[in-house]
Amino acid sequence: MGTYVLRRVLQMIPVIIGTTFLIYWMVFSLGDPTVGRCGERPCPEAYVARIHQEYNLDKPLPEQYVRYMAKVAQGDLGTSFNGNEVIDQLGDRWPVTLKLATIAIVFEAIIGIAAGLLAGLRRRSFWDSLVFVSTLVIISIPSFVLGSVAQMVFGVQLSWFPVTATQGTWEQLLLPGFVLGSLSMAYIARLTRNSLSENLSADYVRTAKAKGLSSGRVVGVHTFRNSLIPVVTFIGADFGALMGGALVTERIFNIPGIGGYIFHSITTKDATAVVGTITLLVLVFLLMNLIVDLLYGALDPRIAHE
Amino acid sequence: MSKQANASFAELEQWTAESGPLLDVRDLTVEFRTREGVAKAINGASFTLNPGESLAILGESGSGKSVTAQAIMGILDSPPGFITGGEVMFRGVDLLKLPEDKRRQVRGRRISMIFQDALSALNPVFTVGWQIAEMFRIHKGMNRSDARKAAVQLMERVNIPAAKERAGNFPHQFSGGMRQRIMIAMAIALDPEILIADEPTTALDVTVQAQIMDLLRELQAETGMGLILITHDLGVVADVADRINVMYAGRMVEKADVLDLYSNPAHPYTEGLLESIPRLDQTTGDLQAIGGLPPNLTKIPPGCAFNPRCRYARDICTVDPVPPVIELGNGRSSACHFTHELLAGSLTPTVTSTEDIDE
Amino acid sequence: MSDPNLTRNQASDRVDHEMPDDELDAIEHRGAKEDARSLGRDAWEDLRSRPTFWISSFLILVMVLMAAFPDLFTFFAPAQDPAYAQLINARQPPSSEAWFGYDTQGYDIYSRTIHGARASILVGILTTAGTILIGGTIGLLAGFYGGWLDSLLSRVGEVFWSIPLLLGGVLFMTSFPSDVETPYMVVVGKVVLVLTILGWPRIARIMRSAVLQVKSLDYVQSARALGASPLRIILNHVLPNAFTPVVVVATIDLGAYIATEATLSFLGIGLQPPTISWGIAISDASALGMLRAAPHMLLFPSIFLSMTVLAFIMLGDTIRDAFDPKGR
Repeated sequence: MGTYVLRRVLQMIPVIIGTTFLIYWMVFSLGDPTVGRCGERPCPEAYVARIHQEYNLDKPLPEQYVRYMAKVAQGDLGTSFNGNEVIDQLGDRWPVTLKLATIAIVFEAIIGIAAGLLAGLRRRSFWDSLVFVSTLVIISIPSFVLGSVAQMVFGVQLSWFPVTATQGTWEQLLLPGFVLGSLSMAYIARLTRNSLSENLSADYVRTAKAKGLSSGRVVGVHTFRNSLIPVVTFIGADFGALMGGALVTERIFNIPGIGGYIFHSITTKDATAVVGTITLLVLVFLLMNLIVDLLYGALDPRIAHE
Repeated sequence: MSKQANASFAELEQWTAESGPLLDVRDLTVEFRTREGVAKAINGASFTLNPGESLAILGESGSGKSVTAQAIMGILDSPPGFITGGEVMFRGVDLLKLPEDKRRQVRGRRISMIFQDALSALNPVFTVGWQIAEMFRIHKGMNRSDARKAAVQLMERVNIPAAKERAGNFPHQFSGGMRQRIMIAMAIALDPEILIADEPTTALDVTVQAQIMDLLRELQAETGMGLILITHDLGVVADVADRINVMYAGRMVEKADVLDLYSNPAHPYTEGLLESIPRLDQTTGDLQAIGGLPPNLTKIPPGCAFNPRCRYARDICTVDPVPPVIELGNGRSSACHFTHELLAGSLTPTVTSTEDIDE
Repeated sequence: MSDPNLTRNQASDRVDHEMPDDELDAIEHRGAKEDARSLGRDAWEDLRSRPTFWISSFLILVMVLMAAFPDLFTFFAPAQDPAYAQLINARQPPSSEAWFGYDTQGYDIYSRTIHGARASILVGILTTAGTILIGGTIGLLAGFYGGWLDSLLSRVGEVFWSIPLLLGGVLFMTSFPSDVETPYMVVVGKVVLVLTILGWPRIARIMRSAVLQVKSLDYVQSARALGASPLRIILNHVLPNAFTPVVVVATIDLGAYIATEATLSFLGIGLQPPTISWGIAISDASALGMLRAAPHMLLFPSIFLSMTVLAFIMLGDTIRDAFDPKGR
C-alpha cells in the first residue's frame, strides 16, 4: 500500500506541472495577458507595464512559470483590475459552492445508487428499461438546458422552489443542487447497475451461495461492496469536478458561489479572475482525482498490490 | 449450540446407511431458457453416491456435469436455468422440495463445493481468513475471533505455510495451488458429508494438480466424506475415484468401476475418450480424438445424442427413443443399443475414420 | 459538474449496458469457434435490427441536412427569414404564422431554430474529425514505436486529459476573446481548436491499445519479421481493429462537443449575436423575465439541442452494444 501511494503521488506530479504549465503558456505566452483586464476599454500603458512586471513577462518562459506557480502556491491568484484579490473573492464564495455541491452529491448518490440497484437486481425487467431510458434522456440534456427548464417549471410556473438563490441558503440551493447533481445521478445509476449486474454473475457470488449464505448476505455483503467500489470513487471524483462545474448552474440561479464568480468575471471581461480561479479549480480537480485513486487502492485490495 | 447452528432437522436424521445411498439423483432435468432458444443441459441424469465413496463424473465441456453439481447445490442461476424434473435425494430427503431456509442448512454445511478457478471463485475484496471464518460465523454462530482461529487451523490443515500470517492476505496474493487449498479449507470447514469438486485442478500446473488431488484424498480418508469429482480429465480420475459416471449431453452414458471402465469400455463414447489419451501400453497407432463437437444443446439430435460422432452408429441410433440403460451387474451400466456387442468386441465400425465425421 | 465534463470523465469508465448472461458452457464453447469475420457480420445484422440505430441515424441525418441546407426546412414555413424581425411580434406564442412563436426581438423562432443547427453540427463534426486525426496519429506513433516516445506521448495526453472540457473551454475563450466583429468561422474555429486540444487523448489511447493488441498477434509479428512495412501493417491490421472502438467513442464524444459548444455560447464566450445558435437562443430565453413571459422561447431550441446530443449518444451506445462480443 505504501509503495502504491508513493507511486500515485509521483505520477501525479508531472501531470500537475504539465497542466498548470499548459494553462500558463496558453494564457500568458500564446495569449495577450492584458487582453480583457481592463473591462471594455483598452488598457492604459502604465497598466500594461505593471502586468508585464507582475508576471515577469520579460523573463524566459520557464522562469515566468516557476515564479507564477510560486505565487499560486502562496495563495496569490492575482488581483483583478478593480483591485480585488482573487483569492479573497473566492474565500467569500466557496461556502456557498460547497453547500451546493453537497446537495448535489447527496441527491445524486441516494437516487443514483437506488435506481442502479433497482435496475441491477432486476435485470431486463421493466425497471431496468425505465432506468436505462430515463438516464439516457438526462445524459442527453445539456445541464444549462435542464437548469433553465427546471427553473421555469418548478420555480416560475409551479412555485415549488425559490426561482433564484441569491443568498445561497440551503433552502434556495435545493433545486439548483438537484439540477447540478442530475447528470451524475444518471451516470451513477448506470454505473451501479452495470457494476452490480457484472458482480452478480461473478464466480465468487456463486461461491457465496454455495457456502450456504442467505440471499440477503450474498447480495449485501458479497456483491454490494465490490459493486460500489467504482461508484464511491466516481462520487469522489465528481466532488472535485462539481466545485468548478457549478459554473452553469450558478449562473442560471444567480448563486453567489465560485461558479457565479467565474461567470461574473467572464461578463465583466475580468480575465485575471477567470484564469486564477480556473487554475485553482483544475488543481482541486487533480488533487481530488489523486485522493480518489488512493481511495480506490484502499477499497479494492487488488489495485494496491498490482 | 445456538439455534442457528442446529442445522439438522428430523427428516435428515432418520436416514441410516442401510436405507439407501447418501445421495441419490434421479432423472434430473435442467434446461436453460436463453435468447438462442431452450438449451437442454441435463436430460434425465441419474446417479448415486455412498458415504465415503469417490465418484467421478466425466465429460467434455457442455456435457452438463457442472450444471449437475450446481443443481445439487441449489446454486443454479435462475433464470436462465430451470430444474424441470427429477429428484435429488440426500439422506432420503428430496432437496429440490425443501424450502429455501432448510436447503441453506444443507448447502455448504453438509454438502459443499469447490470450483475450478479459485481466483475468481474467491471474493477479491475480503481476506482469505475472513472468507473461511465466514463459514463458522454464519453456520455456527461463532464470534469473529473464534471463527478466525478456526479458520487458521483449517488453513494449517490444508498445508498452507505460515497460516496465521497469511490469513490476512487477499486471494490474489496467493499462488494458484494455494488458492485452491483455501477453497478446499472453506469447503471442508463444517465437515460436510459430501464434497463436490468441480474441475478442481484444471487451472493448475501438473505438479500442483497432483498435490491438490493428494490433499483431497487425504482429507477424504480422514473425514469419510463422499467426494464427487467433476472433470474432463481421465488422468485425474484414475487415482482418486472409486467409480466413474461418464456424462454426455446431459445424460449418464456409462457407469462403471474405474478398472472396468479403463479395461473394457461399454459405451462408444467412453471408448473414444480413452483412445484420446496417450497410454504407456500403446505402442502403435495414432492418438485418436473423437471427431466433431458436443451437440448444440438447443438442438440435441434424436435417438442417441452421440450418434453423429459415433463410429458404430446404425439407423436405430438416429431415431427416438434414446437408447435404454442396459444394466451389466455390479453397478455397471451403459446406455448404448450395442453395449453387449461392444463389450464382446464384435461390433464393427460403420465409419472407418473419425475424420469422416469431423465437421 | 456540467455535463460535457462529466461525459468526458465518465465515458472512459463506462461499463457496457449488456452484461453477458450466464449461459451454458456449451453455447460459449460454440461461440468461441466463430471467427472474427462472422462476428462482424453478425454485429451489422444485430445493429440493423435495433430500432435505436434507425431512430438515431434518422435524427442525425435530419440535423446534418438542417445544418447544410436550412432552406429545405423553411421554404414551406410561413416565416422563412431568420434575420427578419418585427418588434410588434415580440414574444408572441406559437401560431399558424409562426409555428414556434416569436422571440423577444420579434424574430421567428422556427427559422432561427432551424438555422441554429449549423453551429452545433459544424463544431461537433470538425472537432471529432480533429480529435480522430490528431489522436489517431499520436496513438499510432506511441503504440508503434513504444519506448520513451510512448511514455512521453502518454504523459502529454494525460496532461491534456486532466483539464475538464468546460473549464478548459472557458479559459481558452477568455484568453482569446471574440466580439461582435469576429467572423463566424473564426469563432467556430476557436471552439473546435480548444475542444480538439482537450479531446484528442481519448482517441489516442484507443488507437495505442489497438496497435499494441495487433503488434502482439503472431501473424503480425511474422509479417514484421518478413519485412512488411509499418504502413502496410497499419492499413491491414491496426485500422480495422481500432475502427469500432474509435467510432463508438467518437460518436458519443461528438454529442458532448455539441453540448460544450452550446454551453460556451450560453455563457457568452462562444458564438456571439447576431450569429444564430441554439446556445445563444437558450441564453436569451433563460433570462428570468423571459421564462415568465415567453416560455416557448426556451422550449424549442432546448428540444432541438437535446435531441441532437441524444441522437449521437444513442448511436454510439447502440453501435457499442452491437459490436461488443461480451454483450452478445
